[in-house]
Amino acid sequence: MSDAPRKAGSRTIRSLYRRPAALKDTPTHYCPGCGHGTVHKLLAEVLDTLGIRERTIGIAPVGCAVRAYYYLNCDISEAAHGRAPAVACAIKRCLPDRIVFSYQGDGDLAAIGMGETIHAANRGENITVVFVNNTVYGMTGGQMAPTTLTGQRTSTTPGGRDAVSTGGPLHICELLNTLDGPWHIERVALDGPAGVRRTRKALTTAFQAQIDGKGYSLIEVLSPCPVHMHLPPVDAMRFVKEQMVASFPVKIFRQEGKRLA
Amino acid sequence: MADRVLMTGNDALGEGAIRAGCDAYFGYPITPQNELTAYMAVNMLRLGRVFIQAESELAAINMVFGAAAAGKRAMTSSSSPGISLKQEGISFIAAAELPAVIVNVQRGGPGLGNIAPAQGDYFQATRGGGHGDYRTIVLAPDSAQEMHDLTFDAFALADRYRSPVIILSDGRLGQMMEPIVLHKGPPPPVPPKPWALTGAKGRPANMIRSLIMEDGALEKHNIHLQAKFKRILKEVVRYEERETADADVLLVAYGTSARIAKGAVIQARSQGIKAGLLRPLTLWPYPHARLRALAPRLKGIVVIEMSAGQMLEDVQLAVGGSVPIAFVGRMGGGVPEERAVLAAIRRFAKPARRRSRP
Repeated sequence: MSDAPRKAGSRTIRSLYRRPAALKDTPTHYCPGCGHGTVHKLLAEVLDTLGIRERTIGIAPVGCAVRAYYYLNCDISEAAHGRAPAVACAIKRCLPDRIVFSYQGDGDLAAIGMGETIHAANRGENITVVFVNNTVYGMTGGQMAPTTLTGQRTSTTPGGRDAVSTGGPLHICELLNTLDGPWHIERVALDGPAGVRRTRKALTTAFQAQIDGKGYSLIEVLSPCPVHMHLPPVDAMRFVKEQMVASFPVKIFRQEGKRLA
Repeated sequence: MADRVLMTGNDALGEGAIRAGCDAYFGYPITPQNELTAYMAVNMLRLGRVFIQAESELAAINMVFGAAAAGKRAMTSSSSPGISLKQEGISFIAAAELPAVIVNVQRGGPGLGNIAPAQGDYFQATRGGGHGDYRTIVLAPDSAQEMHDLTFDAFALADRYRSPVIILSDGRLGQMMEPIVLHKGPPPPVPPKPWALTGAKGRPANMIRSLIMEDGALEKHNIHLQAKFKRILKEVVRYEERETADADVLLVAYGTSARIAKGAVIQARSQGIKAGLLRPLTLWPYPHARLRALAPRLKGIVVIEMSAGQMLEDVQLAVGGSVPIAFVGRMGGGVPEERAVLAAIRRFAKPARRRSRP
């Protein structure tokens, strides 16, 4: 599509909004109301805005976003479940002038991949981690994730998550903030237009930090999964805004290497 | 003599990897391969290459995946239990057709086993090891010199076939010091890697994946992989033969066991028994055809392993019952003794009698 003004009858039509170059024109496989599509689009916008699409390499998780390469128009690799940070670290160390990010869900990042997550952060690897937290394993059918809220029903906590036998929700930003390695840690929520804008800003900050060689950044995005939250899309967004944010406070934890929280 | 240096097998392998153009090494401590990781920590960093002590064997093999995906020559090393942990990653590397070198300095098993040399990982190495239909090229050194030399071949083969290559050594070879001649030539040439993830500048985006969900596509991918494995079977088989031309009894062994076998061949010959040795340097692909060709004029075969008899099955497959086979094996860190091998040889051929005067 061209930005050039086009004549249509007597009026001039200018394209004010268009698909980012980093986003492919593909029908989505995500469910209605899912947050992944929004995060993909924001990510693509940030790659475009920062002019880094052609030197960016992404790592897709195991989970709903495994096919990120269907949507994002940059070099992308899959990784084994939870191992995206290890793959990302190696690529970044081998190609230090490229921009490397991992895109991971809560099961991938906070359960099976917790070892890789903590150690990549602790080494202060100069990568960006996009962490989509929707409190459930989406692709496999809505099982309990490490971030499932206390009392929340999932297919493996049919009576609601019981803290006594399954523990409470795992707070990744808070946990990583105890380490000295990270440069930027921030939690945002896709709970409305302001949250979307804040997510875009957080992603921009994180990628800019990597461009500047500052080190590890993680952006946790609280995101709706209407199907496995057993809610219509609007209510799922409300669940994010009310239930999730109550347990996972939206804020900047680490900024320019300094603890804010 | 100035060209010869005294090195442990582990160090010799590390130096081989460096001279073969290894760009990135990822390790995790486990005995008896720690010398190799330490050698790489010093020398990879000295050369400005990538070295990471990973948080686990899982992380290390997936770092290899990443470095290989970025088009670099990548290697990891471990010992038996650690290699078990790497199997998921090796399956992914095989599926995504990435070149990578994985070193297994075997120790006693199963489980945590012990830290003594063993050859109990033969099945795991030669039958794929992880999930799914795939094979890995397996190279078997029997000296510090070969731990050095075969590393060159490993990187070259990995690149040529876009495949994981396993160097199957053991704790004895890894820790034993021997004089070796260091490689002087250039590293094996790196083929173009247009598939590598380097940023989609001026080209369509590349992707590296092993999830292939489109209807029928995964079967097609498997057929493609199997065609590659068939090519490897045809092109890569390597072995050493000693005194096989007139042999009545053939010894078959690899690695440390082959060194025992070499001694036994000399002893047997000194007693007038025509013994010979076939030592596979590639365990997959295995020299089945050569064994089959040698079989008709043999009185017997003796297979020697530091296992319960794993390579034995490949020998049985090759000769198909046409020749009797004796097996000499030790497990749990034991090393077969030469006299046990000689006793097995004598089951098939008697020493020449000294004629006594009437």
